[in-house]
Amino acid sequence: MDIEASITPSDTMSQDRRVGAIAFVVMVALIAIAPFFAYPFFIMQAMCFALFACAFNLLIGYANLLSLGHAMFLGLAAYVCAHAAKVWGLEPVSAIALGVAASAALGFVTGALAIRSAGIYFAMITVAFSQMVFFVCVEAPFTHGEDGIQGVPQGKALGFIDLSNPWILYIFVSVVFLFGFLVVQRAVNSPFGEILKAIRENEPRAISLGYRTLQYKLAAFVLSAVIAGLAGATKALVSQNASLTDVSFSTSGEVVLMTLVGGMGTFYGPVIGALIVVSMQNYLAQFGEWVTVIQGMVFVACVLAFRRGIVGELAALAKISL
Amino acid sequence: MAEAALAAAPVAADKTVLSVKGLEAWYNESHILHGVDLDVREGEVVTLLGRNGAGKTTTLKAIMGIVRKRTGSVVFDGRELIGLSINRIARRGIAFCPEERAIFSSLTVKENLFLPPQIAKTGAMSAEHIFALFPNLRERLSSGGGKLSGGEQQMLAIARILRTGARFLMLDEPTEGLAPVIIEQIGRTVAELKRAGFTILLVEQNFRFASTLSDRFFVMEHGRIIDAFANSELADRMDRLHEALGV
Amino acid sequence: MNLFGHTITMPELFGQLLIGLINGSFYALLSLGLAVIFGMLDIVNFAHGAFYMMGAFAAYFLLQYTGLNYWWALILSPLIIGAVGAIVERLFLKRLAGFDPLYGLLLTFGLALIIQGLFQNYFGASGMPYAIPKQLTGAYNLGFMFLPVYRGWVILASAAVCFATWLIIERTKLGAYLRAATENPTMVRAFGINVPRMVTLTYGFGVALAAFAGVLAAPITQVRPGMGADIIAVVFAVVVIGGMGSILGSILTGFVLGVVEGLTKVFYPEASNTVVFVIMAIVLLIRPTGLFGRAA
Repeated sequence: MDIEASITPSDTMSQDRRVGAIAFVVMVALIAIAPFFAYPFFIMQAMCFALFACAFNLLIGYANLLSLGHAMFLGLAAYVCAHAAKVWGLEPVSAIALGVAASAALGFVTGALAIRSAGIYFAMITVAFSQMVFFVCVEAPFTHGEDGIQGVPQGKALGFIDLSNPWILYIFVSVVFLFGFLVVQRAVNSPFGEILKAIRENEPRAISLGYRTLQYKLAAFVLSAVIAGLAGATKALVSQNASLTDVSFSTSGEVVLMTLVGGMGTFYGPVIGALIVVSMQNYLAQFGEWVTVIQGMVFVACVLAFRRGIVGELAALAKISL
Repeated sequence: MAEAALAAAPVAADKTVLSVKGLEAWYNESHILHGVDLDVREGEVVTLLGRNGAGKTTTLKAIMGIVRKRTGSVVFDGRELIGLSINRIARRGIAFCPEERAIFSSLTVKENLFLPPQIAKTGAMSAEHIFALFPNLRERLSSGGGKLSGGEQQMLAIARILRTGARFLMLDEPTEGLAPVIIEQIGRTVAELKRAGFTILLVEQNFRFASTLSDRFFVMEHGRIIDAFANSELADRMDRLHEALGV
Repeated sequence: MNLFGHTITMPELFGQLLIGLINGSFYALLSLGLAVIFGMLDIVNFAHGAFYMMGAFAAYFLLQYTGLNYWWALILSPLIIGAVGAIVERLFLKRLAGFDPLYGLLLTFGLALIIQGLFQNYFGASGMPYAIPKQLTGAYNLGFMFLPVYRGWVILASAAVCFATWLIIERTKLGAYLRAATENPTMVRAFGINVPRMVTLTYGFGVALAAFAGVLAAPITQVRPGMGADIIAVVFAVVVIGGMGSILGSILTGFVLGVVEGLTKVFYPEASNTVVFVIMAIVLLIRPTGLFGRAA
């Protein structure tokens, strides 16, 4: 996807790093003081979706792969984690790990099949696979169909960190979010990330240089699935449930919206976008289906006039890379 | 061909059909044409010479409107073309035969040939006339467009643009990659068209081919016209030309 | 009789096959529209399901508010909704013409959300009834099964429209323009043809096909805001299997997969929802561009 110069070249690498460090510190600070201004539950939800959006953005922003079925990773991990915590009594970290593993496996299988196709084909294939996962979740006994898995215990992480304490849970979720965020950022700024960008710029060239581009794209896809799974599993603990909504097509659409509004191909865009969309949903929940209409209108407006998203526009104005 | 397929037509030899002044053009950020000036009079064959990359094809495409970013003036038949869309320019009476020939492989030869609509009041060249000019095409009508040889494709490409009825033709390297026998055939065709009163702007690397047909020459380098002369002055210019063209 | 360990009667088997063939008719019509649009515009029309739904609603409105019956709706609904499609293309999609086609996909995605949300707001999730037209009620007793007249009509009408579309595209001059413009739009413009207008009309035509399918569906599925969303993912899978640019591929794959889905319902009902996707996965392993497709 020709992200219109969301990533603007800066004068020096060190300026980039300075800006990045400042932005990160600001984000941590905001997370720290946020619970004094808004409901912690809401912020934790936002962080989970922000992580989900970061995972999605890894694919579209840096590998040029539009995944329209990303909810399958979020939702599957949510279900597996919820089941592991509630039915098997696993402590939270193990339950999350199991959820992440499930998403990784799903990511590997679907990625291996989808990655050989590019662009439009790839997007449509992800739609089809995620629908498949949705239908499986409807039928599978362990998901309890329409009811979902309710009453997921928050338990004691690693045996002693009591997550049913709201403050501790908040810190736990924040740590998970920041960890996931950093993993994505490190991946993008690593040699692996550079090769991904090279593949995005000119894949035939990369192939002629000897890079096994399919493997890199698959790796990016699986990484994205893993982070999305992390977000989903954590979300299951926060909201204490896992439901069909988590694997639904509308959730897949929402993460696209978050990233589009926030800014594709930027680090902080998905975070801001997630915050906006989750807020929007909370405030507009009373309007029922109008939420869908408004989301659609925001979509259309962004695609037509606002392709760089909020962070993208800001970054371009300030000539920095965010 | 023993006899001419087309009737000779009278031309107003002083009438300037195309006048290009200060034409500049860009492909995205690349500034390709830096101010091209040339003119073509009715009934003439004018050849644009120059090395690869000099900007010859870009000039034709800029006249046709295919290169969107362009400034300057291109006046055809008294009307300014800068600012018009490709199809509007075509309907003014210009036909363009690109270097890659652009035969539609998902169409048959027949469909390719009869695709262009008649746009000029002067009337499309009839099928009979076309087959008189290009007898080989008649046998290949039901073949897929992609199945033709290079020479056949070039014939079809020229035949196709004659169907619009446009009297001003722009041919981009019609002899490129073709065998000498075919080149001769194309030469005869172009001569026939000239005799019939068509005005032709030719881009050619094949110098000898151009020299037998062309009334005037423009030489391009780095997006500019660096020389212009008539066919009669050709002999005197040979050394300079060899340098400019690198042949 | 006993097939693969399932006891099933002939009427049951053929009944399911019939349903499969009917679903296949809709898959064929819808994926044909998608293929036509994709061929010309390089855009995956995510709003296709929404237009299908609007086609059904248009039939409903025509009946409710103007008294125009089913037969009128078959003609008017595609025309009206096709016109809406053309306007959408002209106002929105045209602006994205030079950009990455994924933006076009996203735009149609957003449009689908808007359209569906609007209809869901006004009409709720439940459907409006739409009666089978008088002339097509009843059933034929074929001996080995009962064939409801309307069902038979749906299959015939879909097959006829699909065939007519194929004929126009592959065998007529208008189709030649379409195929040429798909292959090399610049060259077609250089012949003086207004290709941008052709693009708009092509999108409108693809949308009209979806609306036509919607009218056919109305008496069967009833007229519901969610009817597009329910079917679109399977249609996408059909298009991927058949190959994105292929007209014939989409038609054949649509009918065949409908039948396969129907058969799966007989022998292995739990998998019937996902069998098309499983097939898609298998096809992708062997031929990443689909059975009949051209490379993206």
